[in-house]
Amino acid sequence: MTLLELEDVTASYGPVQVLDGVSLSVPENGAVGILGANGAGKTTTLRAISATVRTGGRIVFDGEDIRGRRPDKVAALGIAHVPEGRGTFGDLTVRENLRVGAYLRKDRKGIESDIEYCLDLFPNLQDRIRSNASALSGGEQQMLAVGRAIMSKPRLLLLDEASLGLAPTTAKAVYDAIRRLRIESGIAMVVVEQNANLAFTVVDSATVLETGRSVLTGTSAELRGMDEIRRAYLGG
Amino acid sequence: MATFIQLIVDGLSTGSVYAAIALALVLVHQATGLINFAQGGMAVLAAYSAWWLLSRGVPLVLAISASVLLSFAFGAVVERWLMRRFERGDPDTAVVVTIGLLTLITGVCGWLFTYNNQQFPSLFSLDAVTFLGVSVSQRSIGTTVVIVVVMLLLQALFAGTKLGLALRAVAINPQSAAFSGLPVERLLMVGWGLAAALGAIAGALVAPQLTLTPGMLDNALVYALAAVILGGLSSPIGVVVAAWMIGVLENLAAVYVPLIGYDLKVAVPFILIFVVLVVRPQGLFGRKTVVRV
Repeated sequence: MTLLELEDVTASYGPVQVLDGVSLSVPENGAVGILGANGAGKTTTLRAISATVRTGGRIVFDGEDIRGRRPDKVAALGIAHVPEGRGTFGDLTVRENLRVGAYLRKDRKGIESDIEYCLDLFPNLQDRIRSNASALSGGEQQMLAVGRAIMSKPRLLLLDEASLGLAPTTAKAVYDAIRRLRIESGIAMVVVEQNANLAFTVVDSATVLETGRSVLTGTSAELRGMDEIRRAYLGG
Repeated sequence: MATFIQLIVDGLSTGSVYAAIALALVLVHQATGLINFAQGGMAVLAAYSAWWLLSRGVPLVLAISASVLLSFAFGAVVERWLMRRFERGDPDTAVVVTIGLLTLITGVCGWLFTYNNQQFPSLFSLDAVTFLGVSVSQRSIGTTVVIVVVMLLLQALFAGTKLGLALRAVAINPQSAAFSGLPVERLLMVGWGLAAALGAIAGALVAPQLTLTPGMLDNALVYALAAVILGGLSSPIGVVVAAWMIGVLENLAAVYVPLIGYDLKVAVPFILIFVVLVVRPQGLFGRKTVVRV
């Protein structure tokens, strides 16, 4: 069953066209990577899904065309976006950040047990639960950003450059937690990542973007083997 | 001794006037991230609408209640049709827009209701209560009690409720708020509406004391801004305590420091701000914002 389908999606910031025909298919419980060089349109593809950029084409989620809806309505359908730069709420505490993530939910008990789950998934946050998000380290903020997103109990998680600016061991810890989350929760994922090797630890397949177009799609195993792809799009 | 205590009591009473406006400033800042310089002007407009209803024979309590509701709607409309155009851009621009709005509202009030002083009846009696040689009017007591209640409500709103948390989240990061399903635009309207409604209560409380003119709250706004900086932008209790401090200290300084006297007492809150900010840049009660890079 396909959960999310992008068909020939275009997007522009004002007069500047950034996406020029991106197609992507995410199965239920699947995880798909978006790879490509800087400026290829990876972030914009995620923004097209979460409705924070003007788009054309078709974006079908769970059988419905969701293009042109408001971002909060898209979120309410069960799509949680972890934006590039993390987007945590700096002046709110870790717990408050997680509670904001659960804004649309009414089940008090479920929210509390999911906060516990987040703290179990990201033990670093345990000691910082009362700290303001702005006082966290980069890695902790990234963990909090993922935690905030999963507090909404999404069906699809959009992850943008979760390793950006992190030390290699921290980035690996973040991706280990994401892989565990995937196995335990079955949340479908679209993973944008510069570091292809990290992405391949989570995704089953990936699409490669070049100047706003999908140019190649394959399973992780197929793409991993392609030397020229690695050189051209993934920076060796 | 009696004079001294009388000065303190009077200071608390004027401090409550500054506190009322300061609380509205804190509310709109927590909910939108902006300092709204038009807050005083909007409160004056609310007081005029109550005054107009009174002149049409509407009872006082009803007129004030109506002005509070009207102000909520007006605040929401200002956000929806004016501020929204500027919220996504440079915050400096938005702040300058609120200054423009203050000038506009003051001008419109003057045009509609003239610049003459209008008498505004008080909710509370002017009779004084005398205790240990200190006399204090029931009006001052009433005003102070209302301010304390409003302060506690605001503190509870932001610290303990889902709406308060959502308002703060939207002010800090509207995009992430939308990603969590928060209806950002509606919450911004609610934030402005609530602040304007609170301003209307403030206007009705202080209009009897200051007498109603279009510029009635210009002076109070300056003190309220001082209280907001002194108390910390994120703390309702902090700004009220700061407003009282300012009210008391300026009274004491006017009488006991010959150099200052009544002419220079307006400088007192700013000397206080200077001293406090050197020691505690986040204000007396503000939370320290730490940014790690």
